[in-house]
Amino acid sequence: MRTLLLRGMLAGVLAGLLYAVFAYLFGEPAVDGAIAFEDQLAAAAGEVPGEELVSRGVQSTLGLGVAALLYGAAVGGIFALAYAFLAGRVIRFGPRGTAATLALLAFLVVIVVPFLKYPANPPASSIDDTIGQRTSLYVVMVVLSVLLAVGAGALREQLLGRLGGWNATLVAAAAYIVLVGVVMVLLPTIDETPADFPAVVFYQFRLASLGGHVVLWTALGLIFGALVDTHARRAAATA
Amino acid sequence: MSEAAAAPYTPSVPVSIPLREIAPWALFAGVILLSLLYLVGMDQGATSVISGSVLHEFVHDGRHLLGFPCH
Repeated sequence: MRTLLLRGMLAGVLAGLLYAVFAYLFGEPAVDGAIAFEDQLAAAAGEVPGEELVSRGVQSTLGLGVAALLYGAAVGGIFALAYAFLAGRVIRFGPRGTAATLALLAFLVVIVVPFLKYPANPPASSIDDTIGQRTSLYVVMVVLSVLLAVGAGALREQLLGRLGGWNATLVAAAAYIVLVGVVMVLLPTIDETPADFPAVVFYQFRLASLGGHVVLWTALGLIFGALVDTHARRAAATA
Repeated sequence: MSEAAAAPYTPSVPVSIPLREIAPWALFAGVILLSLLYLVGMDQGATSVISGSVLHEFVHDGRHLLGFPCH
């Protein structure tokens, strides 16, 4: 279990590294565009630029990199815990297939579904004072998505005997989609983007945000799977 | 057919790890990892465990791009 956790965190750090490169190349231009808009607003309002605590140069390189590595390590560790529970119990593929399946499911449940309701926002596109409300709603959305996915997994286990694997999976997925849809309708909408925020910057930012997560979760699933599979081969060879 | 000839490795469904073995790890590592996620994604935003805003500013770009709510 300990080695599994360490492998997860190692895979997460490597995935975070790839994420940082992608985010630097494709995300930073949009962040810079948003900050240019912010500066424009501030200048129009006659505000004197305040002293920066952390320079833009550090934020867009070292800051982004460290955030990505820590995020990767944390997500990788939690990924390993979920793998330990699901492998051979709920997801019945080999190590690589199980890791890839889990990564795809986690990407959909933890990133894509919450993104549909509360997508990533570039700087200067939200109201500062609503950070508390926006943070709690985002956390509620992620937690409910995960809980409903766990519930769908339990439902699938219940139905396996009667419906078989394929149909049980379809019913569980349909139940998840319907219930998560109800949650999305019930949670309040956040609509704060200034009318004159540059649309191209907005589009590119969100595309880069989602693209970065595709890179991160693909790398996490494939690297973790490769590490665990290598270990399983060695164990099989020495047995 | 000698026994020394290595049989081709076929990946099998891994044997599941007993829940009793996972539980303590899930609890302790889970708490630590979620705290780390909170520090990277949310501290010095809606809530602050560490005072100031240097942490927020340092991981600023990562927060926005990873999709966490930020200013």
